Amino acid sequence: MLRVEGIHKSFDDFKAVNGANLAVDRGELVAVIGPNGAGKTTLFNLISGQLKADRGKVIFNGKDITKLPTYEICRRGIARSFQIANIFHRLSVFRNVQVSVLSQQKKSNKLFRPAHKMAVEETNRILESVGLLDKRKHISGSLSYGDQRILEIAIALGNEPELLILDEPTAGMSPEETNLTMKLVKRLAEERGLTILFCEHDMDVVFDVAQSIMVMHHGITIIQGEPEAVRENDEVQEAYLGEG
Amino acid sequence: MKRGIFSLKSFWLSMALFVVLLFLPAIIPRFYTYILAVIFVTALLAMSLNLVVGHGGLFQFHHAAFYGVGAYTFALFLTKTSLPSWVGFIAGPISAGLAGLLIGWFCVRLSRLYFGMLQISLGSLIWAIAFRWYSLTGGDDGIHGIPMPSFLSSTHNAYYFILIFLAICLVVLYMILKSPFGTTLQAIRDNPERSEAVGINVRRHQLVAIVIATFFAGVAGVLFVVLENTVFPDLLFWILSLEVFIMCLLGGWFTFAGPVLGAAIMVSLRTFVGIYTEYWTLILGIILILLIFFLPEGVMGYLLEKFGARSEVATERGSE
Repeated sequence: MLRVEGIHKSFDDFKAVNGANLAVDRGELVAVIGPNGAGKTTLFNLISGQLKADRGKVIFNGKDITKLPTYEICRRGIARSFQIANIFHRLSVFRNVQVSVLSQQKKSNKLFRPAHKMAVEETNRILESVGLLDKRKHISGSLSYGDQRILEIAIALGNEPELLILDEPTAGMSPEETNLTMKLVKRLAEERGLTILFCEHDMDVVFDVAQSIMVMHHGITIIQGEPEAVRENDEVQEAYLGEG
Repeated sequence: MKRGIFSLKSFWLSMALFVVLLFLPAIIPRFYTYILAVIFVTALLAMSLNLVVGHGGLFQFHHAAFYGVGAYTFALFLTKTSLPSWVGFIAGPISAGLAGLLIGWFCVRLSRLYFGMLQISLGSLIWAIAFRWYSLTGGDDGIHGIPMPSFLSSTHNAYYFILIFLAICLVVLYMILKSPFGTTLQAIRDNPERSEAVGINVRRHQLVAIVIATFFAGVAGVLFVVLENTVFPDLLFWILSLEVFIMCLLGGWFTFAGPVLGAAIMVSLRTFVGIYTEYWTLILGIILILLIFFLPEGVMGYLLEKFGARSEVATERGSE
C-alpha cells in the first residue's frame, strides 16, 4: 500500500533522513521506532507532504506521491496526527472534526449553505467513536491535553483515510492515558479497517501492538520486520544500547 | 439543529435596528443623517476587511487600496463614459475584486507579516497610480462633482440607498461566514498547517476569501461616491487602511458585528471630538491603550461575553 524507497532529506548540512525505507501493507499496524533524533517525525512529514524529499520516492497505492502538495496527499487517502496537539483551538470540538469531514466531502468551498446542517451525522459518529461526543460544544483549546490529542486523531478520521499516520500519539500522556489511547487506536484499526503507521517511544506499547516494526537510526533504516525479528537484531540492540 | 444560521435574539435585534434606522432620518437633522451614512460606508469597509483579518487570520494591511479602486472605477465610469450608471455600480466592486485577485495571488504565497508587507507595497502602487496619473484620475485633486443619477441626488436618498446595500452585504457576509467556506476559513486562521493536512488547499481558499473581501470593499467604495460625489487619492492611502484595521480590533475582530461598532466609534470620534481639537487621534490612542489592557477581544467581544450571546463569538456555543 505504502512504500518509501531510499528517501533523503537534509536541513542545511544535517542529514535528518538519510536513506529510509518502509513498507506498509493494507490493514497492518506498523510502528517506526528509533532513538531521539533518528528522523521519525521527518520521515512522516516526508510521507504526508509537509516536507519535500531531496531524493527517493514515496509510493502510495502504486502512484508516486513524493512531489504532491500536502492537501493532495490527504485527498489520496493519507491522514495524520501530529506530535504536538495540532488542532483548531478557537473552534468547538465539533467544528474541528467537521472541517475535515467537509473537506473529505469536497464541500469546503460551499459559500451560501449553512454549515451547521452539513456533515453533522458523520462528525457526531466520529466524535462518538473516540469518546468526545459529550464535549462537542467545548472550545477545543480549553480541552485537557489528553483530550486534545484524541481530538487530533478524530480530525484525521474525518478524512476517512485509508492510511492513518500517528506521530507519537501518546507523547506526554500518563500511563493510563497511554493505555486508553492505544486501545482506541487498536479498536479504530479493527472497526474501520484502517492501516496505521505510527511512531512511539514506549517499547512495551510498540511490541504489544505493532505487527511490523521499522527501526531507524541516524536517519537510516536498520531493519523492518516482525517484532521478534527486530527484538533479536544485533544492530538494533547496538543502536539503543549504544545511545544509552 | 432546527434553527437557522441566525439566532432568534440577534435576528430580532438587527431587524429592530434596521427599522429604527429606516425612520431615523425623518426626525434627526440632516447632518446626523449624513454622519450615519458615513458610518454605514465605513462599517461595510471594516466588515469586508474583517472577513480576512478576524476570520481569515490574514494580515490584510492595505485594504483601503481596494476601497479606492471601487470608488475610482465607479467615478471614472460616471465621468468618462456615457454608459448607464448601473454599469459603474457593478464595475466598481468587480474591479476591486480583480485587484484583490491580482495582489492576493502574490500575497498568499507569503506568510503572516511578509504577506502584509507585500500588500502594503502593491497597494501603494495603486495609490501612486491614482496620485500621479493626472489625465485619468485628476491626480491629487481627485475627481469632484461626480454626476449622480437623480434618484441619488439628495442626502436622504443616498442614505437609504446605502443603508439597503449595507444590509444586503451584511446578510451575504454573514451567510458566507456561517457556510462551510467560512468555517474552513476560520480553521485556516487557527492552524494553516493542520488545514492543509486535512485536504484543504489553503492558498486557494485564502485567495478566494481575499477576492470576496476586496469585492465588498469595492461596494463600500461605490457607496462612498454615492454619498460624497467625489474621489481623491487619500481613499487608497495606507493611513485609511490602518484606521480600518483599528476599527476591526476596536469592535472585536472575532465577532461578526464588531467592525460595525468599531466603525461607528471611529467615525463618531473623528466627527465629534474633531470639532474641538484636530488632535482627536490622541483620544483614539488612549482608547486603544485601554482596549488592549481591558478588552482584548474588542468592545463587541466583551459585550457578547458579558451578555451571554456567545453564539456570535467565534468561540461559539455551537448550534449544531
